[in-house]
Amino acid sequence: MTTTAMAAARDAAYSVPLASLDMSDPQRFADDTIGPYFERMRREAPVHYCENSPFGPYWSITRYNDIMATDTNHKVFSSKRGITLSEPRTEDVRLPMFIAMDPPKHDEQRLAVSPIVAPGNLANLEGVIRSRVIAIIESLPINQTFNWVDRVSIELTTQMLATLFDFPFEDRRLLTHWSDTATKLPVTDADWDARELELQKCLQYFVGLWNERVNAPPKPDLVSMLAHNPATRDMPPREFLGNLVLLIVGGNDTTRNSISGGLYFLNKNPGEYDKLRKSPAVIPNMVSEIIRYQTPLAYMRRIALTDVVVHDKTIKAGDKVAMWYVSGNRDAEVIENPDQFIIDRPRARQHLSFGFGVHRCVGNRLAEMQLRILWEELLKRYPNVEVVGEPTRIPSSFVRGYADMQVRISA
Amino acid sequence: MPKLTFIAHDGTRRDVEVPVGTTIMRAAVDNGVPGIDADCGGQCACATCHVYVEQNWLEKTGPQTESEQDMLSFAAITKPNSRLACQVAMTDTLDGLVVHTPEGQH
Ligand code: HEM
Ligand code: FES
Repeated sequence: MTTTAMAAARDAAYSVPLASLDMSDPQRFADDTIGPYFERMRREAPVHYCENSPFGPYWSITRYNDIMATDTNHKVFSSKRGITLSEPRTEDVRLPMFIAMDPPKHDEQRLAVSPIVAPGNLANLEGVIRSRVIAIIESLPINQTFNWVDRVSIELTTQMLATLFDFPFEDRRLLTHWSDTATKLPVTDADWDARELELQKCLQYFVGLWNERVNAPPKPDLVSMLAHNPATRDMPPREFLGNLVLLIVGGNDTTRNSISGGLYFLNKNPGEYDKLRKSPAVIPNMVSEIIRYQTPLAYMRRIALTDVVVHDKTIKAGDKVAMWYVSGNRDAEVIENPDQFIIDRPRARQHLSFGFGVHRCVGNRLAEMQLRILWEELLKRYPNVEVVGEPTRIPSSFVRGYADMQVRISA
Repeated sequence: MPKLTFIAHDGTRRDVEVPVGTTIMRAAVDNGVPGIDADCGGQCACATCHVYVEQNWLEKTGPQTESEQDMLSFAAITKPNSRLACQVAMTDTLDGLVVHTPEGQH
């Protein structure tokens, strides 16, 4: 973002009528000008109603403490109608998954998969991840410009997912493809049909793996765990598909975009890159700061189950509510110098990117571990990976990330 | 000031002394005791300040609260003596309290 473009965005953000602000507009995310709009909302309308949007009317919560209070109040703010602003075309294309359920069913299904990403099992995974990270970075071209997103971010997260599912390794890019399919918001009927067709292929593939594993002794991969756990083994096919999509998307885009974002932020802040080279012990703290600064999922959506007053506004039962993590993570009331990327920031772990409450990201420690290992191994080999030019961002108000980022490693 | 001992997963002991009213979570974080992440900063919203209270202290620390139970049900390897360290504040009767930190916070 150039300073003139940002100045123009700031003027625009403060001159439009508040009521007309629609933060679901993907264009502001594609050109990365959301900052001043959210700043204004935090100041002037922390509980903001947008009456007209392509997704219908919705509320925006933009301050850190309000987001925390909303996210932890699942009795009033339900997940059962979905977690993005968009609505399924019809009920039959809705994907049931535990991120979009309330307790108690949510709890049962979450508990079926959480052991695989719990500390004990992560320690077992660390060796595999490290060897895969090393293989990926040692094969990178030197003195040549290449797309970091594809060669590193996508490759590493896809390999990781294949490991978690014990998915046939040579077919792993199918996982990337299904993840992309699931996160692209369909607009036309043809889009919905194409999406359904692809997701059915995903289901067919995984049903094959399920059938293989349901009759074999349980093993520590996600498909086997779902097939053997009493809370999940009798799921109808559509619910199996939904939970697969959740695990594929959850473990994919988010970590991918944190890997790309981290490199970009270090390039934009050479002083921080120097700090990192001088003291690699800062890496775990930096990983949290990268995840805050990137905020790979811009918001989560809820629906109010009862009328509820937040500040001076009444949110009516049935209203949609977006909790904008991307805004709360820049709230100066809670985070000092929030617009600065500071790798040794105190209390770096206190950010909203993983959400809070019963839906808090189950894969958070796995994501952090992947990033930590990547930076440990990268620093040993290439102290400087240079980003050449501005990256291309994904035009989405939900997944915040990069489609292309050209980089160069000099010998 | 009441004293408090943390025993890490690998057996390392750390003793700290804190003013009455300080939560066990704050006692660890402010004194650089490793093993407690406290991602939510003490709002009972993350379960990354999970500890096991030594048996003979359980009566004095009291029962888990309802919202604490909600969060603890998602932590790894919970036991009947599990608590969220941000939900237990030090008092004079807790002088000498011993808690164990888990293998990792999740
Ligand atoms: C930097 C990386 C990641 C970010 C920023 C992220 C972010 C999030 C957020 C914001 C939520 C919802 C929290 C809420 O509603 O309060 C969530 C839930 C979830 N995430 Fe992640 N995530 C990441 C990595 C992962 C990974 C690697 C996995 C795979 C194992 C994963 C799997 C899930 C699942 C299954 C849920 C649903 C949890 C529930 O509803 O109980 N995530 N994540
Ligand atoms: S610090 Fe988050 S629950 Fe205790």
